[in-house]
Amino acid sequence: MKIVVCVSHVPDTATRIKVGSDGKTIDPAGVTYIINPYDEYAIEEALKMKEKLGTGEVVVITLGSENSKETIRKALAMGADSGVLLKDDTHRDSLGIAKALAEEIKSQGTQLVFMGKQSVDYDNSIVGQLTAEILDFNCVAVCVKLDITGEKIIAEREIEGGREIVETSFPAVITCQKGLNEPRYASLKGIMAAKKKTIEEKAAVPYTPTSEVIGMHLPVGKQPGRIVGSDATAVPELVRLLKEEAKVI
Amino acid sequence: MANKILVVLEQRDGLIKRSGFEAASTAANLAKDLNASADAVVVGDAISNLNDISKYGIQKIFHLKNSGLANYSSSGYTEAITNLAKLSDYDILILSNTSLGKDLAPRLSVRLNAACIVDCVKLTKSGSEIIFTRPAYAGKALIDVKLLSSKKVITLRPNVFKAQVVDNPSPAEIVVNEISEVNLKSKVTSFKKSEGKLDVAEADIIVSGGRGMKGPENFHLIEELAEALGAAVGASRAVVDAGWRPHNEQVGQTGKTVSPTLYVACGISGAIQHLAGMSSSKYIVAVNKDKDAPIFNVADYGITGDLFEIIPALTSEIKKVK
Repeated sequence: MKIVVCVSHVPDTATRIKVGSDGKTIDPAGVTYIINPYDEYAIEEALKMKEKLGTGEVVVITLGSENSKETIRKALAMGADSGVLLKDDTHRDSLGIAKALAEEIKSQGTQLVFMGKQSVDYDNSIVGQLTAEILDFNCVAVCVKLDITGEKIIAEREIEGGREIVETSFPAVITCQKGLNEPRYASLKGIMAAKKKTIEEKAAVPYTPTSEVIGMHLPVGKQPGRIVGSDATAVPELVRLLKEEAKVI
Repeated sequence: MANKILVVLEQRDGLIKRSGFEAASTAANLAKDLNASADAVVVGDAISNLNDISKYGIQKIFHLKNSGLANYSSSGYTEAITNLAKLSDYDILILSNTSLGKDLAPRLSVRLNAACIVDCVKLTKSGSEIIFTRPAYAGKALIDVKLLSSKKVITLRPNVFKAQVVDNPSPAEIVVNEISEVNLKSKVTSFKKSEGKLDVAEADIIVSGGRGMKGPENFHLIEELAEALGAAVGASRAVVDAGWRPHNEQVGQTGKTVSPTLYVACGISGAIQHLAGMSSSKYIVAVNKDKDAPIFNVADYGITGDLFEIIPALTSEIKKVK
């Protein structure tokens, strides 16, 4: 079975955001890019599946600029077999990303796709569902447990206050949440092997945007408040403030 | 110019959720601004509080009914709502950005050939257009977005928009559509409630613990304070990664972004990823022995000191005043 994993190349979560000179995107100066943290769960799940079946192939797809190849290499170092870079230097909206991914998934002819539940840049958390809908695949989003037996998929997805148990079948897109598994580290051997694996480059399918970012700004920062004290004797005063000033208890 | 708005309400166990009233109210206000009309739809089996929707200025409610749709089914709900939206030619669909809303909105947008934007915190009318403001980078930035399609599917962040009761509401017309055939290619068969009593994503008050708690065995202090406050228990990424707490309690960039009325951070230094996820809370209290910890830069009230003394004292003081 061929398993596709879609990954994205995103600013490190420790990045301090500055608005760029265009006023619409972040200032890329000094920003370190990493593999989207949720995508590591997606790669791990695909690798586990291949190991369980004892056969198969894990193909990693990303949409982005030449730099995104670093993220594909990371996935290859973890153990994926090959990569595809869908080249696009623009900032596509979620639907634009999903259309490009769907086109490639179709040509790969796979029945099972994993991706992170959201990218930690724009935090849309909808690319998986959009891609599945375009392809007419089933989709379980925010998956924290997955059990595939024969043609049947039983997945647990995290929702407010608990987990929904979802039953579905192939073909399917599964979007992965922290807790699904423990992603492996790339071994030195894996890193060396990744250098020899193929990354195919092709142009992403053209896309007419359905949305446009017209501005980016930073939220109004909170001002530091008051230090009420330095030991338990400050507690009654703190509670008084919460009750009488903030009126929150 | 849009002239028909449909608000998609979420029910659980036959009860429409509070976030649905926020969406209904926002839809009614938007309809006024755009000189449009706003109707509502809810998918499910028996629903007990349908009439409550009238209070928020909605005049017509479609109840798409089938016992197979009592629980969420992505395929079943998508199909039922798509059919209604196409039949009555709605221009704007509004959902809440809950687990269900986030799951359903993108699917509806593909079916309806609409632009989709999720997690909006502000809608601003600009001439004949709407500007949608939403957080990005876990709230470290906000972006203003224009949708370039006349058909739109949008989701609203819960707890941001107000559910305003209108003066002298007239009872809404309830249209029950029995759905004869449901597509259950994907369906929720059951629900496992998590151990914690309250979920950080929905709580009004959150008490969170970080590495300063020194070990999982000390989290009973956090749980007791949370219990006294009627709060949910949260955790920093460090303690989740260390296996002290389950990941569904994690607050921050790779956990949940929260904005409760009160957030109490205990033994949390305030890494940038954590601050991004909670600094939009209305009031923040920090207890940390390091007076230079970044958490104090966003805290309204702080106590610098030993949390093992301060938290139990706080718990008993809260019990006294509540």
